[in-house]
Amino acid sequence: MMNQKTTEQTLLSIKNLSTYFHTPEGVIRAVEGVNFDILKGACLGVLGESGCGKSVTALSIMQLIPSPPGEISSGSIQFAGKDLLRFSSRQMRSIRGKEISMIFQEPMTSLNPVYTVGNQIGETYRIHEGLDARQAKEKSIEMLSLVGIPSPQKRVDEYPHQLSGGMRQRVMIAMAIGCQPKLLIADEPTTALDVTIQAQILDLMAGLQEEMGMSIMMITHDLGVIAEISDKVVVMYAGQVVEQSSIDELFKHPLHPYSRGLLNSIPKLGDKFVRGKQPLREISGQVPDLINLPSGCLFASRCPKVEKKCLENVPQLIEIAPGHDVRCWLAG
Amino acid sequence: MLAYIIRRMFQAVAICLVISAMSFFMLFLNTDPALMLLPPEAEVADIAAFKKQMGLDRPVLIQYKDFLGRVVFHGDFGQSFVYKVPAVQLIMERFPATLRLALAAIVFINLVAIPVGVISAVKRGSFVDNIFTFFALMGQAMPLYWLGIMLIIIFGVWLRWLPISGSDSFAHLILPAITLGSWILPVNMRLVRSGMLDVLNKDYIRTARAKGLPEWLVLGKHAFKNAILPLVTVIGMQLGLLLGGAVVTETVFAWPGMGQLVLDSIHMGDYPVVQAVVVVFAVCVVVGNLVADILAALIDPRIRLN
Ligand SMILES: Nc1ncnc2c1ncn2[C@@H]1O[C@H](COP(=O)(O)OP(=O)(O)O)[C@@H](O)[C@H]1O
Ligand SMILES: [Mg+2]
Repeated sequence: MMNQKTTEQTLLSIKNLSTYFHTPEGVIRAVEGVNFDILKGACLGVLGESGCGKSVTALSIMQLIPSPPGEISSGSIQFAGKDLLRFSSRQMRSIRGKEISMIFQEPMTSLNPVYTVGNQIGETYRIHEGLDARQAKEKSIEMLSLVGIPSPQKRVDEYPHQLSGGMRQRVMIAMAIGCQPKLLIADEPTTALDVTIQAQILDLMAGLQEEMGMSIMMITHDLGVIAEISDKVVVMYAGQVVEQSSIDELFKHPLHPYSRGLLNSIPKLGDKFVRGKQPLREISGQVPDLINLPSGCLFASRCPKVEKKCLENVPQLIEIAPGHDVRCWLAG
Repeated sequence: MLAYIIRRMFQAVAICLVISAMSFFMLFLNTDPALMLLPPEAEVADIAAFKKQMGLDRPVLIQYKDFLGRVVFHGDFGQSFVYKVPAVQLIMERFPATLRLALAAIVFINLVAIPVGVISAVKRGSFVDNIFTFFALMGQAMPLYWLGIMLIIIFGVWLRWLPISGSDSFAHLILPAITLGSWILPVNMRLVRSGMLDVLNKDYIRTARAKGLPEWLVLGKHAFKNAILPLVTVIGMQLGLLLGGAVVTETVFAWPGMGQLVLDSIHMGDYPVVQAVVVVFAVCVVVGNLVADILAALIDPRIRLN
């Protein structure tokens, strides 16, 4: 059980979350037994290759898993002391966009092409704060200038196709933080943008986080992004958390062979990590089939140090050092 | 937007000209009114005299230029060879009834197709979806005249709810409009259903849900306006199909439209009437498409602002 102190500081606590997709080919175990906490005002980075269950974890928190075929099959998601998985769909709607907001990878397709950006930003105010159309538009203009869009009075009446990718992502951010959410989930918000725009968007998010005191869950496959903005990191592999620690600790003492592989796969300039589109391709081998999971450690088939027990027994996530957990037989 | 509409109007006029030319030349190549109108025992000299009298002996381009000039400046398609009155007059007596029937069918089709298509998409794979699909297939498989007769028997003869022939009141319009529309209704229903299914998978729908919008706004606002676009663009074309399809329906319900006139004038090679019909139909289709284009531009800013 959590003690009083951690409950006060913890905003979101995910316990043993499993989310499956029931497909004709079999059950896809997209997320399996995931645990992590997000502290108030902190930024948690969620790192992992494409397909490892990052988005499914985020959508599980929002309860936006398409169902069928998806289903949250077990676990609890405590948010501000209440289990979201016990919420009715109406209660959940009052949380989405107000207490927890989410922005997505594709700013090109995440905005509705047939409504103005002002309409789409203002909608959140009309729904959650009961503002009328005029007030909502004023608020939208305010938000547009807050996220650094020039001439917001003009932009508010424009359509998404009239904006650049970076601008659209700013609009998404404006939409997400309008009601001052306690948690912002950002699912690869900079992946689709080019490098200079990426930096601007990350700076914007870091600035807003400080100003508003919200927590951020930053999902990415880019270590550079994590290094830039996060305090803590969760490394995911094949639907599981394989390592979890502070950002400094992960960079200095990565314990899981997968995390080490990720760290080795980014180029270094002196001591600084270069941010950019660096796909994590250096680790050879393939992610296991999530329908027919192998016995033992899920990373074993790609692990350079694999031993006999790795193939036979499933390692548990254990705390090796204070605040540093790892799921590996060979760690410690 | 205005520039867009003006450009579309120019295109519309050009299309009308092309269609009138095509109808004129095709008819000219295919039929000889002199042979059809004069008795079989007519002498060569009689035929030549007839052609001269009707202006049919002049070069075809001259005839077309004449035809176009009269049509554009005077709305004059010439005298019907058969009825000996202006072709336009024949058509204007009957065309409004046909147009009314076609428009009523369009309204009926979409009043049913849109909600049914949306429900099918939202409840895809459910019992209701399957029922709707079943009726759609039935609607498409039934011949028009057979459906018309069935409706007459059920609602006109057995139940005595609706009149079965004539065109005096709104009630008279109901059975013919349903009969005519039942043929295209399933097409539009499938179009709305697939449009909606397509849109429901889009990222912006997930965004709308992530904002905490209630489902009726997600579907009714964010999905619907996008899903309806493919339907809007075909409605203009369907006006043409319905005007054509009205011929059979009119026969079944004794509807005073131009169905019979169209058939007769084609069989008898009554040029002026056929040409007038083709041009009137073409104008209707072109105007229908123009309206559809404008509607689509109103819905989708990507069309309007380019
Ligand atoms: N709607 C869905 N239907 C079936 N499988 C899905 C669906 N969404 C995600 N998955 C599966 O869940 C796994 C994790 O996906 P995701 O969380 O999107 O990965 P990522 O870490 O790249 O965000 C993938 O193997 C994917 O195939
Ligand atoms: Mg993803």
